[in-house]
Amino acid sequence: MKNTLSQLTRSHLFWPCVTLVLLCLANVYFNPGFFDIEVKDGHLYGSVIDILNRAAPLMLIAMGMTLVIATRGIDISVGATVAIAGAVVAALIGGSLVIKDGVQTYVSNVPMPLAIVAALAVALLCGLWNGLLVAGAGMQPIVATLILMVAGRGVAQLITEGQIVTVYYEPFFFIGNGFIFGIPVSLYIVAVVLAVLLLLTKRTALGLFIESVGINPVASRFSGISARALVFWVYAFCAVTAGIAALIITSNVKSADANNAGLLLELDAILAVALGGTSLAGGRFYLIGTLIGALIIQTLTYAIYSLGVPPEINMVVKAIVVFGVCLIQSPALRDLLMKHAFRTGGTA
Amino acid sequence: MNLAGTINTRTLPLLVTSVLFALLFGFGSVSYDNFFSVQVFLNLLIDNAFVAVVAIGMTFVILTGGIDLSVGSIVALTTMVTAALVEQQHWSIWVVVPLVLAIGSLFGLLMGSLIHYFRMQPFIVTLGGMFLARGLCYVISIDSIAITDPTYAAISEYRISFGEEAFLSVSAIISLLTLALAIFLAQYTRFGRTVYAIGGNERSALLMGLPVGRTKILVYTLSGFCSALGGVLVTFYMLSGYGLHALGLEMDAIAAAVIGGTLLTGGVGYVAGSLVGVMILGVIQSLIAFDGSLSSWWTRIAIGVLLCAFCLMQRLLEQGGSNLGAIFSYWKKPAEGSAPAR
Repeated sequence: MKNTLSQLTRSHLFWPCVTLVLLCLANVYFNPGFFDIEVKDGHLYGSVIDILNRAAPLMLIAMGMTLVIATRGIDISVGATVAIAGAVVAALIGGSLVIKDGVQTYVSNVPMPLAIVAALAVALLCGLWNGLLVAGAGMQPIVATLILMVAGRGVAQLITEGQIVTVYYEPFFFIGNGFIFGIPVSLYIVAVVLAVLLLLTKRTALGLFIESVGINPVASRFSGISARALVFWVYAFCAVTAGIAALIITSNVKSADANNAGLLLELDAILAVALGGTSLAGGRFYLIGTLIGALIIQTLTYAIYSLGVPPEINMVVKAIVVFGVCLIQSPALRDLLMKHAFRTGGTA
Repeated sequence: MNLAGTINTRTLPLLVTSVLFALLFGFGSVSYDNFFSVQVFLNLLIDNAFVAVVAIGMTFVILTGGIDLSVGSIVALTTMVTAALVEQQHWSIWVVVPLVLAIGSLFGLLMGSLIHYFRMQPFIVTLGGMFLARGLCYVISIDSIAITDPTYAAISEYRISFGEEAFLSVSAIISLLTLALAIFLAQYTRFGRTVYAIGGNERSALLMGLPVGRTKILVYTLSGFCSALGGVLVTFYMLSGYGLHALGLEMDAIAAAVIGGTLLTGGVGYVAGSLVGVMILGVIQSLIAFDGSLSSWWTRIAIGVLLCAFCLMQRLLEQGGSNLGAIFSYWKKPAEGSAPAR
C-alpha cells in the first residue's frame, strides 16, 4: 500500500493533478453547479466544457513550447505569431455582404481553406525565422525570439492596417465556436495535435533525440544527432501550433486585433509547461503534464472570475503560482528541506 | 592616440551605434525642415529620460549575464503608488519619492535573493515579478489616477534653459546624473569590476574570491531602484498613475542595451552605450513623427530590425574576434557548439 502511494506521488503527473483537483474543489465550493453538464441545442454546455474550450489555444501553444523548452530553448514570440497569423486569416477571409437569390449572405474574399493554409504558412515562416536565428546563427533563444516579439506586432498592425479586422464569414466561426457530436471543435484539434505528437515522440526516437539535445547538446551531436536541424524544426513546429491557436482565437472572437490578440500568451504557455513538471533547464518533457498545466491556468482564471474578484488581480495570483512552482522545482530549496528533515529526523 | 588600436570587439558595437545615431540624425536633418536644431536633440533626452534610467539599470543586470523583465511593471507600480499616496492620502512629495524608491529597491532585492539563493533562472523570477507588480497596480486601482499636486506640476513644467532656444526638463537632468553615477559605478568601483567579472565567467569570479552572490543580488536591487526612479520620472512626465503605463518597456530597455553594444551573454558593454541605444530608439520615433505619413507601428518593426542586426553583429564578433576575415569565413566554417545554451 505504502509502496504504491510513494510510486504515485513520485509520478511527474502527481503534483499537477493534485493542483488541478484542489482548484476544481475550490470551484465547487464557491459554485456548487461547477461540474454540471447539460445538453443545450444539441451540444454539451457547462463550466467544465467552457474551461476546456477556452484553454484549447493555450494547450496547443504550450505543447509546442514544451518541445522548445525540452531542447533548452524558449520561444517568447508565440504571442506575436498569434497576432500575425490571426491578422492574415482575418484579412484574407474578411467577408462582405452580397445578396444572392434575394437572400443576404456573407462570402469570403478568398476561399477559406486557402486562407487557413496561408495563415499557417505565415506562422511556419515565423517559426523558420526563429529557428534560423537560434540554430543557424547560434543566438540565445530568448534574444532570437525577442526580435520577432518586438517586431511581430508591428507586422500584424501592417497587415490589418492598424484596424481591428472583423470577420463576417459564417463557416469560419465553426473552428472556434462549432461543435461535433456535442463537443467543441477546438478540443478535436487539440486531440489530433496531441495524438500526432505522442506518436512521434513516444513511438519514434524523436522524443529521445529532443531530450538528449536538451540534456547535453554537445554529447548528442557527437553521438550523431543532427542537433541543429532538430532545434530548427522544433521552433518551426512551435510557431505552427501558435498559428493553429490563432485560427481558434480569431474564429472565436470573430475578429483580429493586432494589439491584443495573444497578449502575454507566451508567458502563460511557459507557465503551463513549468506547471506540468517540465524543467525550464531542458531535458525530460511531459506533454500530458503541460496540458494539465494549461487547464490549471484556465481553471484558476475561471475561479477568479466566478469569485467576483476583479480579473486584473489574476496577475497577482499567477505571480504567486510562478514563484511557488519555481521554488518547488528549485534543487536548492529541496536540499534545504532535506537537510532540515534529516536533522529533525536525527534528533527525534 | 592610436585610433585603430582602440577599436576592438568591445568598442566596435558602441562605435557602430554612435555612427548610426549620427547618420539617422543627419538623415532627418536633410529630409525634414526644422529637424536640425539643438532642441530636437534635447527633446530626445526629455522624452526618453525614463527609458534611459531604466535601461541603465537593465545594463548592469545584462552585464552579469542576467535579465530583468519586471522593469516596466515596477515603473507602472511606482506611478500607481505615487498617485495614490499623493492624491488620495495627500502625502508630501518628499516622503513619497524616497518611499517608492525604497519599494522598487526592495522588489529588486527580493528577486535577486530568489535568483541567488534558490538558483532560479533570472528570466522566470523576474517574469513572476512582472506579473506581481502589474497585478499590485490593479489592486490599488484599475483606473488611471491623475496627479494634480502643485509641486508635481511645478517640477513637470520647470525648464532649465541653455542659451536662446534650448532647454532641458528636470527629468532629463536626473537621467544624465544617473548616467554619470552609473558610469562611475561600472568603471571605477570594486562593485563595477565584480559585475564585469561575473558576466565574463561566474565560476572564475567565484574562484577569485569575488563576492558573486552579494553583487548579483545588488545588481537586481539596483535595477529595481532604477525602475522606481524611472517611474518617478514618468509621474513627472505624464502626471498620472496607471497600471498600463510603460507596457513593454522591458523590451525597449533590453533593445537599447543591445543596440548600445552590451553583449547579452554578459561581461561586455558600456553603460553609456545604453543611452546611445535609447537615443536611437528616440530618433527613430522622431523621424516617423516628422514624416507624418508612416504609421507608428513602423517604430516597432524598425526596432526589431535594428535589434536583429545588432544581435547578428554580436554573434559574428564573438565567433570571429576583431578579424574581419573571420567574420566572412564564419558561414563556410562547420557548425561549432550547435545547440545554444540559454
